[in-house]
Amino acid sequence: MADNQTYYVPEQSKWPIVATVGLGVMMYGLASIMVDGKQGVDTMGAWITFWIGSAIMVYMLFGWFGNVIKESRSGLYSAQMDRSFRWGMSWFIFSEVMFFAAFFGALFYARMFAIPWLGGEGDKGSTNMLWEGFQATWPLLNTPDPEAYPAPSGIIGPWGLPLINTVLLVTSSFTLTVAHHALKESHRQKTKIWLAATIALALVFVCVQGYEYVHAYQDLGLTLQSGIYGSTFFMLTGFHGAHVILGTLMLVIMLIRIQKGHFTAENHFGFEAAAWYWHFVDVVWLGLFVFVYVL
Amino acid sequence: MQINDITSLNKQAVTGVFMSAVTDTHAQDDHHHGPAKGITRWLLTTNHKDIGSMYLIFSFTMFLLGGAMAMVIRAELFQPGLQIVQPEFFNQMTTMHGLIMVFGAVMPAFVGLANWMLPLMVGAPDMALPRMNNWSFWLLPCAFLILVSTLFMEGGAPNFGWTFYAPLSTTYGPPSTTFFIFAVHIMGVSSIMGAINVVATILNMRAPGMTLMKMPLFVWTWLITAFLLIAVMPVLAGVVTMMLMDINFGTSFFDASGGGDPVLFQHVFWFFGHPEVYIMILPAFGAVSHIIPAFSRKPLFGYASMVYAVGAIALLSFVVWAHHMFTVGIPIAGQLFFMYATMLIAVPTGVKVFNWVATMFRGSLTFEAPMLFAVAFVILFTIGGFSGLMLAIAPADFQYHDTYFVVAHFHYVLVPGAIFGIFASAYFWLPKWTGHMYDETLAKTHFWLSFVGMNLAFFPMHFLGLAGMPRRIPDYALQFADFNMVSSIGAFMFGATQILFLVIVVKCVRGGEKASAKPWDGAEGLEWTVPSPAPYHTFATPPEVK
Repeated sequence: MADNQTYYVPEQSKWPIVATVGLGVMMYGLASIMVDGKQGVDTMGAWITFWIGSAIMVYMLFGWFGNVIKESRSGLYSAQMDRSFRWGMSWFIFSEVMFFAAFFGALFYARMFAIPWLGGEGDKGSTNMLWEGFQATWPLLNTPDPEAYPAPSGIIGPWGLPLINTVLLVTSSFTLTVAHHALKESHRQKTKIWLAATIALALVFVCVQGYEYVHAYQDLGLTLQSGIYGSTFFMLTGFHGAHVILGTLMLVIMLIRIQKGHFTAENHFGFEAAAWYWHFVDVVWLGLFVFVYVL
Repeated sequence: MQINDITSLNKQAVTGVFMSAVTDTHAQDDHHHGPAKGITRWLLTTNHKDIGSMYLIFSFTMFLLGGAMAMVIRAELFQPGLQIVQPEFFNQMTTMHGLIMVFGAVMPAFVGLANWMLPLMVGAPDMALPRMNNWSFWLLPCAFLILVSTLFMEGGAPNFGWTFYAPLSTTYGPPSTTFFIFAVHIMGVSSIMGAINVVATILNMRAPGMTLMKMPLFVWTWLITAFLLIAVMPVLAGVVTMMLMDINFGTSFFDASGGGDPVLFQHVFWFFGHPEVYIMILPAFGAVSHIIPAFSRKPLFGYASMVYAVGAIALLSFVVWAHHMFTVGIPIAGQLFFMYATMLIAVPTGVKVFNWVATMFRGSLTFEAPMLFAVAFVILFTIGGFSGLMLAIAPADFQYHDTYFVVAHFHYVLVPGAIFGIFASAYFWLPKWTGHMYDETLAKTHFWLSFVGMNLAFFPMHFLGLAGMPRRIPDYALQFADFNMVSSIGAFMFGATQILFLVIVVKCVRGGEKASAKPWDGAEGLEWTVPSPAPYHTFATPPEVK
């Protein structure tokens, strides 16, 4: 810790309180949409609340990040500040890993314990008495109670679209790394091209995933409601997809910032953070590909 | 702050000498403004001391609210039969009491202490990410506004217990459950950001010379607590999201007819829940490890073993979760594993208790209020630890499970554990925060009334539980009447006593004997090198730690 420098402590800021109001209104609206919808009440007001909250959040994100960028560009941030950002981003990604871990855990538990037990195997095989004659299979093409949870007629095979998506995402991690190296060597044009390529790959990935969902819903009857297979499938791939979209937005903003000449070869943590996030999304996909699609 | 301010600060940087209070005040006068005037000071602040105070005030407010709910529970249980509330409302009270105390009172209190003390203890000018720090705080009132508003919604507030087991909370929960879920999400965001801030501050902002093994124990315990928070709050977010999907979008995570399993809920919940228990106690361990040496006028016995013990407890907390679920019918191998892993926690915990006692051994002890609370902490937390060991024995747990014995156990670790730890810390650091000494007589009264009230409230619960009284019921069989009445009297006593704490703190903020920079002669650490009250900005240039 020998190289401590005077640390930049920002003055008062309105953004935290704006963010609180935004998030609170947005979440309250979202919950109201669900609760009102279930009770058959008109959801118009809830939707308006939700959109107001979202608008405040968008305003906050532009304002807050804009603030940070301005401070960074006016040279207020020391190397020590930079390390705070790095610790912050790393631990944020760790928290995201743990979020996905909960859903992977649910998948393993359903597959290794709950379903075999329902089918009469193992330590708690007596649970088969609940739905006698239920056969344990994975993928789960027959649910214990098909009336409540109609089973899918098929599942998405791994070697078609998911394989293409794997190739797309892994390639995007490479193109992003090329862009990063170009940035470190101050080749602005090259950085832009490879970053744009990464974004293009990401967009194709999202489109393929969207197509796959339509296929699952329309042709296979594989839905959120089709038992635990559909539940884990859509929650895992869905949250991953949401993270891909978020990561893509980050990369787009980085492209705009490079266009504006924000980064230098030495100082570009915004870009690096977005890249870390992107690699994290990529690694999660590899886990998904293996455990959701292949195995 | 402008750029030229920074350059001049740099020029002024003191090197090679221990930062003195004088230099610090000087730096402050030259370059920083004091707090802003009016409400914007609190709404827009980036100051760790302001934010710490807000956390502590919020926490105490929630403590009184959750406490009021406990009073409703104990009033209903004062006698057998239904007297005051309906069973539905009683269930809402137990649920909200638990949620408010865990997420609204205990956790924010420790984050408040962390905000106030961590920068002072490591010699940092503020928390690493000061604006995010303020957001972490303000999300809490927002989350609890949503949570408490469920009391006024159709179908009432959540009524399924603070552990919100599926399918009680999914298939059979009230409509307000969805609002509860989003409130938990917001609390989670707040906790994760708060924890990230703590980790960044500790790992990145320590004064030159403060190596990891020279860090004060409160800093160490908070570092490990923050790690636990970042690891398990997302898992909580995951499990409530699964609930949300089951309730609103037809998934079957916790519904066996779709191939899911209600027990899955318990696994995921307790994977969060058990580390959560340590999140609520480890910072208290840290604070007590400052207070006992200070009033024993001896250095802490076994510093390194204290650090390793906290680390061991934290790691073990990830592999013991199923001891909360022995009765759901987990396989025998699982029961054995979780039983022995749980018992293993007694080893590092025993190391800590031994070290605290050894610190006091042959010390020149005095018993001011912080020390009284700290000593009571050691003794009573150990009682809670022992009942925990009893509960860890899988075959015996079949008898104790879901009885008042469990209620007695976790109130013994949370009330004289977490809460007494918080009171001890508050009295210990109040002179530093306010610049005044608190009223020692009143504080000792607060201690003794709390001590007697709390034991009166919770000790009989052990007997009730062993005799078979189930938890979470508004009515009970006649043979439990006497102990319940004693318990309620103790609870009222403990509850009413807390108003006294408010009086003491307000009195201390408004005036009182001036506190010196180091009001406790045995106290050690950087926080005692700055004046009392601590200036609005401290350690603008880092001190040197030898």
